[in-house]
Amino acid sequence: MDTITKMVVINSQKVLPSDVVIKLYESNADVMIKETCFGIIVSGERTIVDSLLSSIRKMDPYGIFIKERGLAPGEPYRCRATRRGGARPGFHTLETEDKILPYIASALKALDKGEIPKQKQKKKKLDVEKLKEIIKEAEVTQ
Amino acid sequence: MKVFIYPTNSLILSDLVERFGHEPLAIMSEIGKRVRTQGLDSPPLNITPEEPKLGLKYAAVEVPSGVRGRMALFDPLISKADAAIIVRDPVTSFGCMGCARTNELINFLIRAKKIPLLELDYPSTEEDAKEFVFKISEFLKSLKPAEEAK
Repeated sequence: MDTITKMVVINSQKVLPSDVVIKLYESNADVMIKETCFGIIVSGERTIVDSLLSSIRKMDPYGIFIKERGLAPGEPYRCRATRRGGARPGFHTLETEDKILPYIASALKALDKGEIPKQKQKKKKLDVEKLKEIIKEAEVTQ
Repeated sequence: MKVFIYPTNSLILSDLVERFGHEPLAIMSEIGKRVRTQGLDSPPLNITPEEPKLGLKYAAVEVPSGVRGRMALFDPLISKADAAIIVRDPVTSFGCMGCARTNELINFLIRAKKIPLLELDYPSTEEDAKEFVFKISEFLKSLKPAEEAK
C-alpha cells in the first residue's frame, strides 16, 4: 500500500478548515485527518487521498492549495509537541508562501477569465559609457 | 510530464504544476519514502552513511557531507525530471533548502540537463503574480500532459 500525506493550505474567504474537515468526515474515507492553523493534513492511501482532495479543491478552487508532505501528522520526530515547541522544518517556507497566496488566487481567477497580463519592461543595466559621463558631470559641478 | 520544481518544497509551485495536469517532482516525496521505510536507522530523515556515498556522483569526497547527503535526496528528482521550473533567489532557504552550495549545484545540474526550463522570480505584487501564474500555465501547456507522456 502506497501511503502518502498531503497538506491542504486554506487561504479562502468562504471556506474554513473546519468546513473541509466536516466534508472529509462525511466522505467516510479511510484516511487520517488533522486540522491545523493553516488548513488540514490528510494521510492515507495515495489513490484515496488524491481523489478525496481533488473533490475538496472544488469547494474553493482559488483558495485551496495542496502539496505533498513527507511526514505524517503527529510524527514524533517532527511534531512540536514532542520537540517542545519551535517552528517545524518547512514552516518558514509555508509562512513566506502563505503571504503570496492571495495574489496567486487572484492571478488564477484572472487566468480563468482569459486575462493576459502585460509583460513588464525589464530595467536595463547602466551602460559603462553613461556612467563615465555621469562621473564627469559630477566632477565638473564640484 | 514530470516537472522539477525549485524551491523543491514550494507549495505554490507544487500546487500549480499539479493543477495544470503535470506531476511535480518535490523533495517531500523523497523525504516521505525515507520516513516510511521500515526500520529507521537515523531518524527523522533516515540519512544513513550510504547516502553521502550516493552523493559522490555529484560532488567530490572533500565536499561537506551535507552537500553529498542532500544530493542523494535530490538525485532521483533530477534524474527523473522532464522539465523544470526554477524560482530565482527564493527568500527562504531553510531545512532541506538550507545549503547554498547544494542549491547552486542543483541549479547548475538542471541547466546542464538541457530540459525545458522556466526561470521566474517570486511575485511581490498582484500584477507580478498574474505574470508569474500566466508564464507557468503557458510553459506547462507547452509540455505534453502527464497521461500522454506515459
